[in-house]
Amino acid sequence: MALAIAAAVALTGCGGNSGKPSLAVSAASSLTEAFTSYGTGFAGADVRLSFAGSDQLAAQIRQGARPDVFASADTALPDDLHRHGLVSKPVVFARNRLVLAVPADEAEVRSVHDLARPGVTVAVGSPSVPVGIYTRQVLSGLSEPRRSAILANVRSNETDVAGIVGKLTQGAVDAGFVYTTDVDAANGTLKAIDLPARLQPSVAYAAAVVEGAEHPTQAHGFVDGLLSSEGWRALHDAGFEPPPS
Amino acid sequence: MKPSPWFTALIAGALAAALTFLTLPIVAIFVDTGPGRLLSSLSDPVAVDALRLSLETTLLATTIIVVVGTPAAYLLATRSFPGQSVVVTLVELPLVLPPAVAGIGLLAALGPHGIVGGVVADAGVRLVLQTAGVVVALTFVAAPFYLRQAQAAFAAVDRSSLEASRTLGAGEARTVWRVAIPAARGGLAAGLALAWGRALGEFGATLMFAGSLRGVTQTVPLAIYDRFATDFPAALALSAVLVALSAALLLSVKFVGGMPRASR
Repeated sequence: MALAIAAAVALTGCGGNSGKPSLAVSAASSLTEAFTSYGTGFAGADVRLSFAGSDQLAAQIRQGARPDVFASADTALPDDLHRHGLVSKPVVFARNRLVLAVPADEAEVRSVHDLARPGVTVAVGSPSVPVGIYTRQVLSGLSEPRRSAILANVRSNETDVAGIVGKLTQGAVDAGFVYTTDVDAANGTLKAIDLPARLQPSVAYAAAVVEGAEHPTQAHGFVDGLLSSEGWRALHDAGFEPPPS
Repeated sequence: MKPSPWFTALIAGALAAALTFLTLPIVAIFVDTGPGRLLSSLSDPVAVDALRLSLETTLLATTIIVVVGTPAAYLLATRSFPGQSVVVTLVELPLVLPPAVAGIGLLAALGPHGIVGGVVADAGVRLVLQTAGVVVALTFVAAPFYLRQAQAAFAAVDRSSLEASRTLGAGEARTVWRVAIPAARGGLAAGLALAWGRALGEFGATLMFAGSLRGVTQTVPLAIYDRFATDFPAALALSAVLVALSAALLLSVKFVGGMPRASR
């Protein structure tokens, strides 16, 4: 065991060979494209990215995991961690839009209302991950019979947006609720159907430095840099919108 | 040769280290859970649905594996044919595949866009995001564990007892049923336990191929992952249930397989 621990310590200790510190960033699955681009160009450190559902990453931090930065697809999770003294004050750095995504060759589903038809299959996020919470907000704006009919057509509660996109691109379901940036990142295999404005939830992304981070200076640089022109370019290229001012 | 004391100390130390490392997480699950939480997690309807589904799907997968795998393993162990080692390697390959690769592979083969997905759909069979898909994923990842053990167990059966049975006029099928399977019982049971345990713990391939829906495709490992984000104690309690179930399975099969044979 001592050997395994020693090996694990040795592995975390030497993240890069460039002499720069290695910065561990836990980010929402929907940030994959934007953060990969931003992280590669980040000068202050070797950025090591780990993507998953925001709720899973927050749970890891609650259980004692100490990445340097946590970036979430909502503001509720980082705010909650901040209240418990686990992360610094969160910074809202981008907005996104929830859309209904369908495979590019799909013609059956043209609107949210079509999801209520019998036989239509739908993938959504699980009720704890932000994309699943936003999806349930959208559904709560519909009439009760329609909402129940759509929920009855749900075939999978996925743990993150990557799972929903995978089910869609593989043709396993007819439609799914994801972010507009996920459709952009799918290289034309998916198309987005905009939600009516009255159903569109407010989707804001927030990042924070984890208390006890190994490299707090670089971590703050990373978070603040999201609001700089470099950070904004990466986010904008991936289809994100600027944070509410 | 006299055992050297320093060597004995070295191997004893290695065993102690392995034992501590391998049991610590399991001990932690039970220490953190406590019997009260364990029982209350059993009354949670989501957990109950997941447990029922896990038992049903693993039971089905294991049955398929044993029914098809036993004769296949017998052939591999007792006949030789050209390309045999290639066949053995191919059926053992899923053993070393990462679950994500298994999930992708199943989608690429049997999914709606898969190479035989059209044939499957035309036959009226729906697998992806269905309970049947869970069984397919479990069978795929768990089968090699049984095949491998069963093949080794048949290979270890004394050939002369098989030949004696045939000389006495029993057909080959009868010989397999009455002589080879009873003689290989210990190894077959161990393979069954390993395959069942692997199926109970399956996560990645199931999530990718079958998705996660309560009562339909959400097996216990998927329910645990789902809860990890919202309710860590409940995730721990359900983990404890799964550990207890797997351990009970392993012990009972070892017990059955280890019993003295009725006749020799």
